[in-house]
Amino acid sequence: MSASLTGLASLSIPEVKKGLANGDFTAVELARSALELAEKENPKTNAYLLLCPERALAAAQKVDQKLAAGEDAGALAGVPLAVKDVIVTKGVRTTCGSRLLEHYIPPYDATAVIRLEQAGGIILGKTNCDEFAMGSSNENSAYGPVRNPAALDRVPGGSSGGSAAVVAQGTAVVALGSDTGGSVRQPASFCGVVGVTPTYGRVSRFGLVAFASSLDHIGPFGRTVQDAALLLQTIAGRDERDSTSAFAPVPNYVAYLDGRVAGMKIGLPREYFEGLASESGDLIRKGIEVLKQLGCEVREISLPVTKYAVPCYYIIATAEASSNLARYDGVRYTTRADSETLSDMYRATRGQGFGAECKRRIMLGTYVLSHGYYDAYYLKAQKVRALIAEDFRKAFAEVDAIVAPVSPSPAFKIGEKIDDPLEMYLSDIYTITGDLAGIPCMSVPCGKTSEGLPVGMQILARHFDETGMFRLADAFEKAGGFAG
Amino acid sequence: MKITEKEVRYVADLANLQLADAEIGRLAKDLDEILSHIDALNELDTSNVEPMAQVLYDAEETATLRADVEQPPLGNEAALANAPLAGNGYYKVPRVIER
Repeated sequence: MSASLTGLASLSIPEVKKGLANGDFTAVELARSALELAEKENPKTNAYLLLCPERALAAAQKVDQKLAAGEDAGALAGVPLAVKDVIVTKGVRTTCGSRLLEHYIPPYDATAVIRLEQAGGIILGKTNCDEFAMGSSNENSAYGPVRNPAALDRVPGGSSGGSAAVVAQGTAVVALGSDTGGSVRQPASFCGVVGVTPTYGRVSRFGLVAFASSLDHIGPFGRTVQDAALLLQTIAGRDERDSTSAFAPVPNYVAYLDGRVAGMKIGLPREYFEGLASESGDLIRKGIEVLKQLGCEVREISLPVTKYAVPCYYIIATAEASSNLARYDGVRYTTRADSETLSDMYRATRGQGFGAECKRRIMLGTYVLSHGYYDAYYLKAQKVRALIAEDFRKAFAEVDAIVAPVSPSPAFKIGEKIDDPLEMYLSDIYTITGDLAGIPCMSVPCGKTSEGLPVGMQILARHFDETGMFRLADAFEKAGGFAG
Repeated sequence: MKITEKEVRYVADLANLQLADAEIGRLAKDLDEILSHIDALNELDTSNVEPMAQVLYDAEETATLRADVEQPPLGNEAALANAPLAGNGYYKVPRVIER
Protein backbone atom coordinates (compact mmCIF):
# COMPACT_ATOMS: atom_id res chain seq x y z
CA MET A 1 0.00 0.00 0.00
CA SER A 2 1.44 3.35 -0.91
CA ALA A 3 1.08 5.91 1.81
CA SER A 4 -1.42 8.56 0.84
CA LEU A 5 -2.41 11.81 2.47
CA THR A 6 -5.88 10.65 3.42
CA GLY A 7 -4.38 7.71 5.25
CA LEU A 8 -2.67 9.75 7.95
CA ALA A 9 -4.53 7.78 10.59
CA SER A 10 -2.73 4.62 9.57
CA LEU A 11 0.71 6.00 8.70
CA SER A 12 3.73 4.81 10.63
CA ILE A 13 7.07 6.63 10.87
CA PRO A 14 8.67 4.35 8.21
CA GLU A 15 5.65 4.96 5.93
CA VAL A 16 6.05 8.72 6.25
CA LYS A 17 9.69 8.32 5.36
CA LYS A 18 8.83 6.17 2.35
CA GLY A 19 6.07 8.52 1.21
CA LEU A 20 8.46 11.47 1.26
CA ALA A 21 11.17 9.53 -0.54
CA ASN A 22 8.74 8.35 -3.25
CA GLY A 23 7.37 11.84 -3.71
CA ASP A 24 3.84 10.69 -2.73
CA PHE A 25 3.62 13.89 -0.70
CA THR A 26 5.85 16.67 0.60
CA ALA A 27 6.34 17.36 4.30
CA VAL A 28 4.33 20.57 3.91
CA GLU A 29 1.45 18.73 2.24
CA LEU A 30 1.46 16.11 4.96
CA ALA A 31 1.57 18.74 7.73
CA ARG A 32 -1.30 20.70 6.10
CA SER A 33 -3.46 17.63 5.77
CA ALA A 34 -2.62 16.53 9.32
CA LEU A 35 -3.58 19.95 10.68
CA GLU A 36 -6.84 19.93 8.73
CA LEU A 37 -7.70 16.46 9.97
CA ALA A 38 -6.86 17.41 13.58
CA GLU A 39 -8.99 20.55 13.31
CA LYS A 40 -11.92 18.54 11.94
CA GLU A 41 -11.71 15.56 14.30
CA ASN A 42 -10.77 17.32 17.52
CA PRO A 43 -14.29 18.40 18.58
CA LYS A 44 -15.11 14.69 19.04
CA THR A 45 -12.42 14.12 21.67
CA ASN A 46 -11.12 17.51 22.91
CA ALA A 47 -7.66 15.90 22.78
CA TYR A 48 -5.78 18.91 21.40
CA LEU A 49 -5.82 22.08 23.48
CA LEU A 50 -4.11 24.03 20.72
CA LEU A 51 -2.78 23.55 17.20
CA CYS A 52 0.32 25.47 16.12
CA PRO A 53 0.11 25.56 12.29
CA GLU A 54 2.78 28.26 11.87
CA ARG A 55 5.37 26.30 13.76
CA ALA A 56 4.36 23.04 12.07
CA LEU A 57 4.49 24.43 8.55
CA ALA A 58 7.81 26.19 9.13
CA ALA A 59 9.31 22.91 10.38
CA ALA A 60 7.83 21.03 7.41
CA GLN A 61 9.27 23.55 4.98
CA LYS A 62 12.72 22.97 6.47
CA VAL A 63 12.33 19.24 5.96
CA ASP A 64 11.30 19.72 2.33
CA GLN A 65 14.26 22.03 1.71
CA LYS A 66 16.68 19.50 3.18
CA LEU A 67 15.18 16.67 1.15
CA ALA A 68 15.31 18.75 -2.04
CA ALA A 69 18.99 19.48 -1.36
CA GLY A 70 19.65 15.77 -0.88
CA GLU A 71 20.49 16.23 2.82
CA ASP A 72 19.57 13.95 5.70
CA ALA A 73 16.33 15.39 7.06
CA GLY A 74 16.42 13.37 10.29
CA ALA A 75 14.89 10.22 11.77
CA LEU A 76 11.48 11.84 12.24
CA ALA A 77 11.53 13.88 9.00
CA GLY A 78 8.03 15.12 8.27
CA VAL A 79 6.33 13.05 11.01
CA PRO A 80 3.25 14.86 12.37
CA LEU A 81 3.28 14.58 16.15
CA ALA A 82 1.79 16.02 19.31
CA VAL A 83 3.24 17.14 22.65
CA LYS A 84 1.53 16.94 26.03
CA ASP A 85 0.78 20.37 27.42
CA VAL A 86 3.08 19.92 30.44
CA ILE A 87 6.13 20.09 28.16
CA VAL A 88 7.15 23.64 27.34
CA THR A 89 7.26 24.99 23.79
CA LYS A 90 8.87 28.35 23.12
CA GLY A 91 6.30 30.90 21.99
CA VAL A 92 3.49 28.32 22.04
CA ARG A 93 1.09 28.48 24.98
CA THR A 94 1.62 25.75 27.59
CA THR A 95 -1.16 25.43 30.16
CA CYS A 96 -0.51 22.14 32.02
CA GLY A 97 -4.29 21.76 31.88
CA SER A 98 -4.54 24.50 34.51
CA ARG A 99 -6.41 27.81 34.66
CA LEU A 100 -3.33 29.22 36.37
CA LEU A 101 -1.32 28.98 33.17
CA GLU A 102 -4.09 29.95 30.77
CA HIS A 103 -1.92 32.66 29.24
CA TYR A 104 1.56 31.23 29.84
CA ILE A 105 3.87 31.50 26.81
CA PRO A 106 7.14 29.70 27.65
CA PRO A 107 10.35 31.57 26.80
CA TYR A 108 12.21 28.33 25.95
CA ASP A 109 11.79 24.83 24.51
CA ALA A 110 12.08 21.59 26.46
CA THR A 111 15.10 19.49 25.48
CA ALA A 112 12.81 16.72 24.20
CA VAL A 113 11.05 19.25 21.96
CA ILE A 114 14.35 20.56 20.61
CA ARG A 115 15.47 17.00 19.84
CA LEU A 116 12.21 16.12 18.12
CA GLU A 117 12.43 19.13 15.85
CA GLN A 118 16.13 18.60 15.17
CA ALA A 119 15.18 15.12 13.96
CA GLY A 120 12.68 16.68 11.54
CA GLY A 121 9.53 16.04 13.61
CA ILE A 122 6.53 18.31 12.99
CA ILE A 123 4.78 19.50 16.16
CA LEU A 124 1.10 19.92 15.27
CA GLY A 125 -0.05 21.05 18.67
CA LYS A 126 -0.34 20.58 22.41
CA THR A 127 -2.49 17.90 24.01
CA ASN A 128 -4.96 18.03 26.87
CA CYS A 129 -4.12 16.42 30.21
CA ASP A 130 -5.09 16.35 33.86
CA GLU A 131 -4.09 19.56 35.64
CA PHE A 132 -0.32 19.43 36.28
CA ALA A 133 -0.48 15.74 35.25
CA MET A 134 -2.46 14.82 38.37
CA GLY A 135 -5.15 12.32 37.55
CA SER A 136 -6.04 8.98 36.01
CA SER A 137 -8.92 10.01 33.78
CA ASN A 138 -8.16 13.38 32.18
CA GLU A 139 -11.24 14.76 33.95
CA ASN A 140 -9.08 17.13 36.01
CA SER A 141 -8.26 19.38 33.06
CA ALA A 142 -9.47 22.96 33.40
CA TYR A 143 -10.27 22.78 29.67
CA GLY A 144 -12.73 19.92 29.84
CA PRO A 145 -12.24 16.15 29.74
CA VAL A 146 -10.86 14.23 26.78
CA ARG A 147 -13.13 11.57 25.27
CA ASN A 148 -11.76 8.14 24.45
CA PRO A 149 -11.74 7.64 20.64
CA ALA A 150 -12.65 3.98 21.17
CA ALA A 151 -15.81 4.92 23.13
CA LEU A 152 -16.68 8.60 23.30
CA ASP A 153 -18.61 8.35 26.58
CA ARG A 154 -15.53 6.99 28.32
CA VAL A 155 -12.33 8.48 29.69
CA PRO A 156 -9.08 8.09 27.72
CA GLY A 157 -7.17 7.55 30.97
CA GLY A 158 -4.77 10.05 32.41
CA SER A 159 -2.95 12.07 32.89
CA SER A 160 -1.62 11.98 29.30
CA GLY A 161 -5.13 11.31 27.94
CA GLY A 162 -4.86 13.79 25.08
CA SER A 163 -1.60 12.33 23.77
CA ALA A 164 -2.98 8.78 23.85
CA ALA A 165 -6.21 9.93 22.17
CA VAL A 166 -4.60 11.77 19.25
CA VAL A 167 -2.48 8.73 18.41
CA ALA A 168 -5.50 6.40 18.72
CA GLN A 169 -7.66 8.79 16.71
CA GLY A 170 -5.06 9.19 14.00
CA THR A 171 -4.68 12.94 14.36
CA ALA A 172 -0.95 12.48 15.02
CA VAL A 173 1.43 9.66 14.16
CA VAL A 174 3.16 9.71 17.55
CA ALA A 175 3.02 11.86 20.69
CA LEU A 176 4.95 12.74 23.84
CA GLY A 177 3.41 12.25 27.25
CA SER A 178 4.68 12.23 30.81
CA ASP A 179 4.45 9.50 33.44
CA THR A 180 4.75 9.91 37.20
CA GLY A 181 2.50 7.07 38.38
CA GLY A 182 1.23 5.52 35.15
CA SER A 183 0.24 8.58 33.15
CA VAL A 184 1.60 7.18 29.88
CA ARG A 185 0.86 3.45 30.25
CA GLN A 186 -2.69 3.69 31.60
CA PRO A 187 -4.04 5.99 28.84
CA ALA A 188 -2.15 3.92 26.24
CA SER A 189 -3.94 0.87 27.58
CA PHE A 190 -7.36 2.60 27.66
CA CYS A 191 -6.99 3.95 24.09
CA GLY A 192 -5.36 0.90 22.51
CA VAL A 193 -1.96 2.33 21.60
CA VAL A 194 1.64 1.71 22.68
CA GLY A 195 2.91 3.85 25.57
CA VAL A 196 6.40 3.75 27.06
CA THR A 197 7.77 4.89 30.42
CA PRO A 198 11.55 4.73 29.93
CA THR A 199 14.08 4.19 32.73
CA TYR A 200 14.18 7.12 35.17
CA GLY A 201 16.76 9.55 33.79
CA ARG A 202 16.71 8.10 30.26
CA VAL A 203 15.03 11.23 28.84
CA SER A 204 15.89 14.76 29.93
CA ARG A 205 13.13 16.50 31.88
CA PHE A 206 14.45 19.97 31.11
CA GLY A 207 11.26 21.81 30.18
CA LEU A 208 8.90 19.20 31.63
CA VAL A 209 6.85 21.13 34.19
CA ALA A 210 7.65 19.40 37.48
CA PHE A 211 5.06 17.35 39.35
CA ALA A 212 7.03 14.86 41.50
CA SER A 213 10.68 15.11 40.59
CA SER A 214 11.87 11.72 41.87
CA LEU A 215 9.18 10.04 39.73
CA ASP A 216 8.61 12.20 36.63
CA HIS A 217 9.42 10.83 33.16
CA ILE A 218 8.79 11.91 29.59
CA GLY A 219 7.60 8.99 27.47
CA PRO A 220 6.45 8.27 23.90
CA PHE A 221 3.15 7.06 22.42
CA GLY A 222 2.86 5.30 19.07
CA ARG A 223 0.53 2.99 17.20
CA THR A 224 3.34 0.46 16.89
CA VAL A 225 6.20 -0.57 19.13
CA GLN A 226 8.62 0.47 16.39
CA ASP A 227 7.22 4.01 16.22
CA ALA A 228 7.42 4.40 20.00
CA ALA A 229 11.00 3.06 19.95
CA LEU A 230 11.97 5.48 17.18
CA LEU A 231 10.50 8.38 19.11
CA LEU A 232 12.35 7.38 22.28
CA GLN A 233 15.54 7.05 20.25
CA THR A 234 15.43 10.71 19.24
CA ILE A 235 14.74 12.13 22.72
CA ALA A 236 16.84 9.82 24.94
CA GLY A 237 20.33 10.54 26.22
CA ARG A 238 22.30 12.77 28.53
CA ASP A 239 21.41 16.45 28.65
CA GLU A 240 23.62 18.73 30.68
CA ARG A 241 20.64 20.94 31.44
CA ASP A 242 19.05 18.11 33.46
CA SER A 243 21.46 16.84 36.11
CA THR A 244 19.26 13.76 36.64
CA SER A 245 19.54 12.65 33.02
CA ALA A 246 21.56 9.46 32.65
CA PHE A 247 24.95 9.05 30.99
CA ALA A 248 24.28 5.52 29.74
CA PRO A 249 24.69 5.34 25.95
CA VAL A 250 21.47 5.05 23.96
CA PRO A 251 21.35 1.80 21.95
CA ASN A 252 19.80 1.55 18.51
CA TYR A 253 16.42 0.29 19.68
CA VAL A 254 15.06 -0.69 16.29
CA ALA A 255 17.98 -3.10 15.79
CA TYR A 256 16.53 -5.16 18.65
CA LEU A 257 13.11 -5.62 17.06
CA ASP A 258 14.20 -8.96 15.65
CA GLY A 259 11.69 -11.35 17.16
CA ARG A 260 14.36 -13.27 19.05
CA VAL A 261 12.43 -13.88 22.24
CA ALA A 262 12.54 -17.68 22.44
CA GLY A 263 14.01 -18.67 25.79
CA MET A 264 13.33 -15.28 27.33
CA LYS A 265 12.28 -15.69 30.97
CA ILE A 266 9.05 -13.92 31.83
CA GLY A 267 7.77 -13.43 35.37
CA LEU A 268 4.07 -13.08 36.19
CA PRO A 269 3.73 -11.38 39.57
CA ARG A 270 1.01 -13.19 41.54
CA GLU A 271 -0.03 -9.96 43.30
CA TYR A 272 -0.92 -8.27 39.99
CA PHE A 273 -3.47 -10.85 38.97
CA GLU A 274 -5.59 -10.74 42.12
CA GLY A 275 -8.63 -8.51 41.87
CA LEU A 276 -8.38 -8.06 38.13
CA ALA A 277 -11.64 -7.42 36.21
CA SER A 278 -12.51 -10.70 34.54
CA GLU A 279 -12.44 -9.68 30.89
CA SER A 280 -9.18 -7.75 31.25
CA GLY A 281 -7.72 -10.77 33.00
CA ASP A 282 -8.84 -13.13 30.24
CA LEU A 283 -7.24 -10.94 27.58
CA ILE A 284 -3.95 -10.71 29.48
CA ARG A 285 -3.93 -14.47 30.00
CA LYS A 286 -4.53 -14.98 26.28
CA GLY A 287 -1.63 -12.63 25.65
CA ILE A 288 0.55 -14.71 27.93
CA GLU A 289 -0.34 -17.78 25.82
CA VAL A 290 0.97 -15.88 22.79
CA LEU A 291 4.26 -15.28 24.63
CA LYS A 292 4.50 -19.01 25.40
CA GLN A 293 3.94 -19.84 21.73
CA LEU A 294 6.81 -17.51 20.92
CA GLY A 295 9.03 -19.69 23.09
CA CYS A 296 9.16 -17.52 26.20
CA GLU A 297 9.57 -19.36 29.50
CA VAL A 298 6.77 -18.10 31.70
CA ARG A 299 6.79 -18.53 35.49
CA GLU A 300 4.94 -17.11 38.45
CA ILE A 301 6.88 -14.75 40.70
CA SER A 302 6.02 -12.71 43.79
CA LEU A 303 6.43 -8.99 44.44
CA PRO A 304 5.16 -9.04 48.02
CA VAL A 305 5.39 -5.31 48.78
CA THR A 306 3.02 -4.43 45.89
CA LYS A 307 0.01 -3.83 48.10
CA TYR A 308 1.83 -0.99 49.84
CA ALA A 309 2.68 0.80 46.61
CA VAL A 310 -0.41 3.04 46.48
CA PRO A 311 0.02 4.58 49.96
CA CYS A 312 3.77 4.84 49.41
CA TYR A 313 3.29 6.62 46.09
CA TYR A 314 0.62 9.02 47.30
CA ILE A 315 2.89 10.20 50.10
CA ILE A 316 5.99 10.71 47.95
CA ALA A 317 4.23 12.13 44.90
CA THR A 318 2.07 14.57 46.85
CA ALA A 319 4.93 15.70 49.09
CA GLU A 320 7.05 16.51 46.06
CA ALA A 321 4.09 18.09 44.27
CA SER A 322 3.31 20.38 47.18
CA SER A 323 6.87 21.71 46.93
CA ASN A 324 6.94 21.93 43.13
CA LEU A 325 3.59 23.73 42.91
CA ALA A 326 4.68 26.36 45.45
CA ARG A 327 6.00 28.42 42.54
CA TYR A 328 2.48 29.25 41.30
CA ASP A 329 2.12 32.18 43.63
CA GLY A 330 0.81 34.98 41.43
CA VAL A 331 4.23 36.57 40.98
CA ARG A 332 5.74 34.91 37.90
CA TYR A 333 3.18 32.92 35.96
CA THR A 334 0.59 35.12 34.30
CA THR A 335 -2.31 34.72 36.73
CA ARG A 336 -2.81 36.78 39.87
CA ALA A 337 -5.79 37.39 42.13
CA ASP A 338 -5.47 40.99 43.26
CA SER A 339 -5.35 41.49 47.01
CA GLU A 340 -4.20 44.14 49.45
CA THR A 341 -1.35 42.15 50.98
CA LEU A 342 1.28 39.87 49.50
CA SER A 343 0.21 36.95 51.63
CA ASP A 344 -3.46 37.32 50.67
CA MET A 345 -2.41 37.59 47.04
CA TYR A 346 -0.59 34.23 47.23
CA ARG A 347 -3.52 32.56 48.93
CA ALA A 348 -6.21 33.93 46.68
CA THR A 349 -4.25 33.24 43.48
CA ARG A 350 -3.70 29.62 44.46
CA GLY A 351 -7.18 29.16 45.90
CA GLN A 352 -8.84 30.41 42.73
CA GLY A 353 -6.35 28.95 40.26
CA PHE A 354 -5.91 25.32 41.27
CA GLY A 355 -8.60 22.71 40.61
CA ALA A 356 -9.93 20.28 43.22
CA GLU A 357 -7.42 17.47 42.58
CA CYS A 358 -4.39 19.76 42.73
CA LYS A 359 -5.67 21.23 45.98
CA ARG A 360 -6.20 17.76 47.42
CA ARG A 361 -2.64 16.75 46.57
CA ILE A 362 -1.07 20.01 47.74
CA MET A 363 -2.91 19.56 51.03
CA LEU A 364 -1.94 15.91 51.46
CA GLY A 365 1.67 16.67 50.50
CA THR A 366 1.88 19.64 52.86
CA TYR A 367 0.35 17.57 55.65
CA VAL A 368 2.77 14.64 55.33
CA LEU A 369 5.75 17.02 55.29
CA SER A 370 4.50 19.18 58.17
CA HIS A 371 6.16 19.34 61.57
CA GLY A 372 5.78 16.14 63.54
CA TYR A 373 4.61 14.02 60.62
CA TYR A 374 7.70 13.83 58.42
CA ASP A 375 9.09 10.61 59.94
CA ALA A 376 5.72 8.89 60.10
CA TYR A 377 4.86 9.57 56.49
CA TYR A 378 7.54 10.81 54.11
CA LEU A 379 10.50 8.98 55.62
CA LYS A 380 8.40 5.83 56.04
CA ALA A 381 7.32 6.02 52.41
CA GLN A 382 10.92 6.40 51.24
CA LYS A 383 11.78 3.22 53.12
CA VAL A 384 8.84 1.35 51.65
CA ARG A 385 9.94 2.61 48.24
CA ALA A 386 13.32 0.96 48.85
CA LEU A 387 11.51 -2.31 49.59
CA ILE A 388 9.50 -2.07 46.37
CA ALA A 389 12.69 -1.47 44.37
CA GLU A 390 14.25 -4.44 46.19
CA ASP A 391 11.27 -6.64 45.17
CA PHE A 392 12.05 -5.87 41.55
CA ARG A 393 15.80 -6.35 41.98
CA LYS A 394 15.20 -9.85 43.34
CA ALA A 395 12.70 -10.66 40.60
CA PHE A 396 15.06 -9.57 37.83
CA ALA A 397 17.71 -11.93 39.18
CA GLU A 398 15.35 -14.71 38.06
CA VAL A 399 13.54 -13.34 35.03
CA ASP A 400 14.32 -11.09 32.05
CA ALA A 401 11.01 -9.27 31.99
CA ILE A 402 7.81 -9.03 33.98
CA VAL A 403 4.39 -9.16 32.35
CA ALA A 404 1.32 -7.80 34.11
CA PRO A 405 -1.90 -5.91 33.56
CA VAL A 406 -1.76 -2.11 33.24
CA SER A 407 -5.04 -1.34 34.95
CA PRO A 408 -7.58 -3.38 36.94
CA SER A 409 -10.31 -2.53 34.40
CA PRO A 410 -10.68 -1.03 30.92
CA ALA A 411 -11.72 2.61 30.32
CA PHE A 412 -14.53 3.69 32.65
CA LYS A 413 -17.35 6.15 31.92
CA ILE A 414 -16.75 9.88 32.23
CA GLY A 415 -17.93 10.96 35.69
CA GLU A 416 -17.98 7.42 37.08
CA LYS A 417 -15.14 7.79 39.60
CA ILE A 418 -14.72 11.54 39.87
CA ASP A 419 -16.30 11.73 43.35
CA ASP A 420 -14.16 9.01 44.87
CA PRO A 421 -10.50 10.09 44.90
CA LEU A 422 -9.33 7.06 46.87
CA GLU A 423 -10.85 4.62 44.38
CA MET A 424 -9.23 6.60 41.56
CA TYR A 425 -5.86 6.37 43.34
CA LEU A 426 -6.26 2.63 43.92
CA SER A 427 -6.74 2.04 40.18
CA ASP A 428 -3.08 3.09 39.69
CA ILE A 429 -1.88 0.03 41.61
CA TYR A 430 -0.18 -1.79 38.71
CA THR A 431 1.57 1.21 37.19
CA ILE A 432 3.01 3.13 40.15
CA THR A 433 5.40 0.34 41.16
CA GLY A 434 7.47 0.79 37.99
CA ASP A 435 7.78 4.53 38.62
CA LEU A 436 8.77 3.99 42.25
CA ALA A 437 11.52 1.56 41.19
CA GLY A 438 12.56 3.73 38.22
CA ILE A 439 12.54 0.79 35.80
CA PRO A 440 11.41 0.93 32.16
CA CYS A 441 7.89 -0.28 31.54
CA MET A 442 5.32 0.00 28.79
CA SER A 443 1.80 -0.83 27.69
CA VAL A 444 1.26 -2.77 24.49
CA PRO A 445 -2.23 -3.45 23.06
CA CYS A 446 -3.57 -6.89 24.02
CA GLY A 447 -6.99 -7.01 22.34
CA LYS A 448 -10.41 -5.62 23.15
CA THR A 449 -13.28 -6.52 25.46
CA SER A 450 -16.67 -7.62 24.09
CA GLU A 451 -17.71 -3.95 24.32
CA GLY A 452 -14.78 -3.01 22.11
CA LEU A 453 -12.70 -1.44 24.87
CA PRO A 454 -8.94 -1.80 24.45
CA VAL A 455 -6.86 -3.56 27.08
CA GLY A 456 -3.10 -3.13 27.40
CA MET A 457 -0.50 -5.58 28.60
CA GLN A 458 2.31 -4.18 30.72
CA ILE A 459 5.94 -5.20 30.25
CA LEU A 460 8.49 -4.18 32.87
CA ALA A 461 12.25 -4.65 32.49
CA ARG A 462 15.57 -4.01 34.25
CA HIS A 463 17.02 -0.50 34.45
CA PHE A 464 18.08 0.63 30.96
CA ASP A 465 16.89 -2.61 29.35
CA GLU A 466 14.52 -0.83 26.98
CA THR A 467 16.04 -3.03 24.28
CA GLY A 468 14.79 -6.29 25.85
CA MET A 469 11.44 -4.68 26.61
CA PHE A 470 10.94 -3.46 23.04
CA ARG A 471 12.09 -6.79 21.61
CA LEU A 472 9.42 -8.62 23.60
CA ALA A 473 6.69 -6.05 22.93
CA ASP A 474 7.42 -6.02 19.20
CA ALA A 475 7.35 -9.82 18.93
CA PHE A 476 4.10 -9.88 20.90
CA GLU A 477 2.53 -7.15 18.76
CA LYS A 478 3.38 -8.99 15.54
CA ALA A 479 2.30 -12.42 16.83
CA GLY A 480 -0.91 -11.14 18.35
CA GLY A 481 -1.94 -9.09 15.36
CA PHE A 482 -2.67 -6.09 17.57
CA ALA A 483 -0.56 -3.55 15.67
CA GLY A 484 -2.05 -0.30 14.39
CA MET B 1 -10.70 10.83 62.63
CA LYS B 2 -7.19 11.23 61.28
CA ILE B 3 -7.65 14.90 60.51
CA THR B 4 -10.07 17.58 61.71
CA GLU B 5 -11.37 20.66 59.91
CA LYS B 6 -9.20 22.75 62.20
CA GLU B 7 -6.13 20.87 61.01
CA VAL B 8 -7.22 21.26 57.40
CA ARG B 9 -7.31 25.03 57.93
CA TYR B 10 -3.86 24.92 59.51
CA VAL B 11 -2.38 22.91 56.62
CA ALA B 12 -4.06 25.19 54.05
CA ASP B 13 -2.36 28.06 55.80
CA LEU B 14 1.03 26.34 55.49
CA ALA B 15 0.33 25.73 51.79
CA ASN B 16 -0.77 29.32 51.15
CA LEU B 17 -4.05 28.03 49.86
CA GLN B 18 -7.30 29.94 50.33
CA LEU B 19 -10.18 27.50 50.68
CA ALA B 20 -13.94 28.02 50.83
CA ASP B 21 -15.79 26.49 53.79
CA ALA B 22 -17.34 23.85 51.57
CA GLU B 23 -13.86 22.86 50.37
CA ILE B 24 -12.61 22.52 53.95
CA GLY B 25 -15.33 20.02 54.80
CA ARG B 26 -14.78 18.04 51.64
CA LEU B 27 -11.00 17.97 52.09
CA ALA B 28 -11.32 16.84 55.71
CA LYS B 29 -13.38 13.88 54.54
CA ASP B 30 -11.11 13.02 51.57
CA LEU B 31 -7.85 13.40 53.48
CA ASP B 32 -9.21 11.38 56.38
CA GLU B 33 -10.05 8.51 54.04
CA ILE B 34 -6.69 8.67 52.25
CA LEU B 35 -4.67 8.96 55.47
CA SER B 36 -6.53 5.97 56.94
CA HIS B 37 -5.55 3.97 53.86
CA ILE B 38 -1.97 5.17 54.18
CA ASP B 39 -1.84 3.74 57.72
CA ALA B 40 -1.37 0.32 56.11
CA LEU B 41 2.32 1.20 55.72
CA ASN B 42 2.76 0.68 59.47
CA GLU B 43 2.29 -3.05 58.92
CA LEU B 44 5.75 -3.11 57.32
CA ASP B 45 8.83 -3.28 59.49
CA THR B 46 11.28 -0.81 57.97
CA SER B 47 13.61 -0.37 60.94
CA ASN B 48 16.63 -1.64 59.00
CA VAL B 49 15.80 -0.11 55.63
CA GLU B 50 17.68 2.82 54.13
CA PRO B 51 15.28 5.42 52.74
CA MET B 52 15.32 5.68 48.95
CA ALA B 53 15.42 9.34 47.98
CA GLN B 54 16.24 8.91 44.31
CA VAL B 55 16.60 6.25 41.66
CA LEU B 56 20.33 5.69 41.47
CA TYR B 57 22.59 4.90 38.60
CA ASP B 58 26.35 4.69 38.38
CA ALA B 59 28.05 8.02 37.88
CA GLU B 60 30.91 9.82 39.55
CA GLU B 61 29.95 12.26 42.25
CA THR B 62 30.61 15.36 40.20
CA ALA B 63 29.77 13.89 36.80
CA THR B 64 26.41 15.61 36.71
CA LEU B 65 27.94 19.06 36.97
CA ARG B 66 28.46 20.86 33.70
CA ALA B 67 31.70 22.69 32.92
CA ASP B 68 31.94 25.99 34.79
CA VAL B 69 31.65 28.12 31.71
CA GLU B 70 29.47 31.20 31.31
CA GLN B 71 26.37 30.69 29.25
CA PRO B 72 23.96 33.31 27.97
CA PRO B 73 21.05 33.74 30.40
CA LEU B 74 17.41 33.90 29.40
CA GLY B 75 17.45 37.67 29.70
CA ASN B 76 15.42 40.05 31.80
CA GLU B 77 12.74 40.76 29.22
CA ALA B 78 12.00 37.11 28.41
CA ALA B 79 12.02 36.17 32.09
CA LEU B 80 9.48 38.88 32.96
CA ALA B 81 7.28 38.40 29.91
CA ASN B 82 4.86 36.14 31.82
CA ALA B 83 4.70 38.25 34.97
CA PRO B 84 1.19 39.46 35.85
CA LEU B 85 2.79 42.76 36.86
CA ALA B 86 6.33 43.97 36.21
CA GLY B 87 8.13 47.27 36.01
CA ASN B 88 11.67 48.63 35.71
CA GLY B 89 12.96 45.12 35.14
CA TYR B 90 11.41 43.66 38.32
CA TYR B 91 8.42 41.62 39.35
CA LYS B 92 5.90 43.82 41.15
CA VAL B 93 3.91 42.61 44.16
CA PRO B 94 1.65 44.26 46.76
CA ARG B 95 3.57 46.47 49.16
CA VAL B 96 5.28 44.54 51.99
CA ILE B 97 7.15 47.34 53.73
CA GLU B 98 5.34 50.42 55.00
CA ARG B 99 7.09 53.75 54.63
